[in-house]
Amino acid sequence: MTGRVSAVPSLIVEAPAVTARRPGAWLRLLHNPSVLIGALLIGLIALTGIAAPLLSGIDPAAINPSNRNKTPGYESSIRDDEGRKITRKAVMGTDSLGRDIYTRVVYGARVSLIVGITVAVLSVCIGLVIGLFAGYLRWLDGVVMRVMDGLMAIPAILLAISLVSLSGASMMTVIIAVAIPDIPRVVRLVRAIVLSIREEPYVEAAISVGTPTVKVLWRHVLPNTIAPLIVQATFICGSAILLEAALSFLGVGIPPETPTWGNIMAEGRSLFQVYPHNILYPGAFLTLTVLAINMLGDGLRDTLDPRMSKRL
Amino acid sequence: MWNYIGRRILATIPVLLIVAVLVFLMLRLTPGDPAAVIAGDAATTQDVAEIRARLGLDRPMVTQFFIWIGRGLQGDFGESFFYKKTVASLIADRIEPTLALATLTILLATLVAVPLGTLAAYRQGSWIDRIVMGISVMGFSVPVFVIGYVLIYVFALQLGWFPVQGYQRLAEGIGGFLHRLILPSITLAVVFVALLARMTRTSVLEVLNEDYVRTARAKGLPNLKVLVFHALRNAAVPIVTVIGIGIAVLIGGVVVTESVYNIPGLGRLTVDAVLARDYPTVQAVILLFSFAYVLINLAIDLMYTVLDPRIRY
Repeated sequence: MTGRVSAVPSLIVEAPAVTARRPGAWLRLLHNPSVLIGALLIGLIALTGIAAPLLSGIDPAAINPSNRNKTPGYESSIRDDEGRKITRKAVMGTDSLGRDIYTRVVYGARVSLIVGITVAVLSVCIGLVIGLFAGYLRWLDGVVMRVMDGLMAIPAILLAISLVSLSGASMMTVIIAVAIPDIPRVVRLVRAIVLSIREEPYVEAAISVGTPTVKVLWRHVLPNTIAPLIVQATFICGSAILLEAALSFLGVGIPPETPTWGNIMAEGRSLFQVYPHNILYPGAFLTLTVLAINMLGDGLRDTLDPRMSKRL
Repeated sequence: MWNYIGRRILATIPVLLIVAVLVFLMLRLTPGDPAAVIAGDAATTQDVAEIRARLGLDRPMVTQFFIWIGRGLQGDFGESFFYKKTVASLIADRIEPTLALATLTILLATLVAVPLGTLAAYRQGSWIDRIVMGISVMGFSVPVFVIGYVLIYVFALQLGWFPVQGYQRLAEGIGGFLHRLILPSITLAVVFVALLARMTRTSVLEVLNEDYVRTARAKGLPNLKVLVFHALRNAAVPIVTVIGIGIAVLIGGVVVTESVYNIPGLGRLTVDAVLARDYPTVQAVILLFSFAYVLINLAIDLMYTVLDPRIRY
């Protein structure tokens, strides 16, 4: 492999690595309606999460036994320390413990986005490292890819619920449990890119002049993975939010007192026939968030990675 | 061809073995003594020792694995701690609803998605195409349990067309069986329709550019005939592949849908077993689902080599 191109190595090595550095690709994003609408919606939801304490003055975990199971629009009044009467309207109603659904939905945006983004970053970083080395080092490839195949054969939700149940429910374990099933998909993607890039003349040239493996990966291979990985990370973020909500909904996710959209819905399950608002409001927010992320992902894929958009 | 079939089957064995190892290790690599976890909080030291001996936990890890998988291959996954019966009989009890739900879902999704995807490809760029692609993005984004509850709210609570929850065995009459299964199947089919319609559109689009499609049109065949007999038929391989890959999505959906509709199937069993920390059951069900996924995909791959003479490996 190295013999073929050793004639003019110095010239080729001087050539800059091929990257997505063409300014056009990134600028074109601004003209894609899917990217714009998706990003705008995500921005709004993120703002909601950040400004949660401002949007609702109530503690999302505050239990109020006298206000249980109120339908949306219910008004209650309490007296503050100086005896003045304050009227408060439960826009989205209350749950069976009297907690305000609106407050919990607003705070739930935080948890969903934190979980989605952390899972995306975590699985992409781990998958990238494994994929780079598996694609580049032949002796590692067979073993790693068989393990990844095995991991992919276990349905994500089953892998995640058993991991959470075994290691105890907390935000941290949920994030790890949701990230693990996504790693093989990243590894496969990165490995496929590495396998095609390592056959490129400039990489063979770099190898033939004795560039250390780590440097070849860093300078020549890594830049080619960035655009597809951004697309992949966006979709992982969306599916992670869905999976986290499913785990909470089934009662095996983040502890129930934490306001997550899945937890609000899990709480509303038993009384759904009488009080459907407990499920419908958080469900609508969850759907909107994932929809926005998927729209952003579709737009990014069409713009940054035209080859991939043809495939699916 | 036989050479390929042989190699494909052989290549599946290591994957199955790795799945088994991963499922086995899931229980063993977690912090703490599995015997103590299984015995529960109220157990005495003697109980724990007894469980450890019974499960062979005092032997080396490799031996333990082969004992577990050896018994498993004979259908013996031990006894459920929660349900107090053998895991095998538990699974046998619960398999009918899951199979019924999955079959009806795939059937429904294919009947809806393939025509939609073909139509979208045929009228590429038109409003039909946009709507189908829009539905597809929506389908990927709405959580299964939200679809389930919205359908229950509209069709069971408001309109009263279907029962809210529950399942009726096939043996008790096909009418009631289907009546109770329709809402759950529609719920589960949504994400499958999204996946399948997209794939159908992509592969039909590719085929429509082929020379033989142009030839068929040129010789004056009606559009519908070209679409069904030339385009769709040749696009079938990627579509069926996606059905196979989609089984993973389906299994995930089964777990949630069965919980929403209170269907006593394997998915519901998994969640109940996880909540009850009934590890022998959890391991067996996960292993079963994963093996089913791998083997269905193997079957689909092998089917091609027989059905499509163009595929040569």
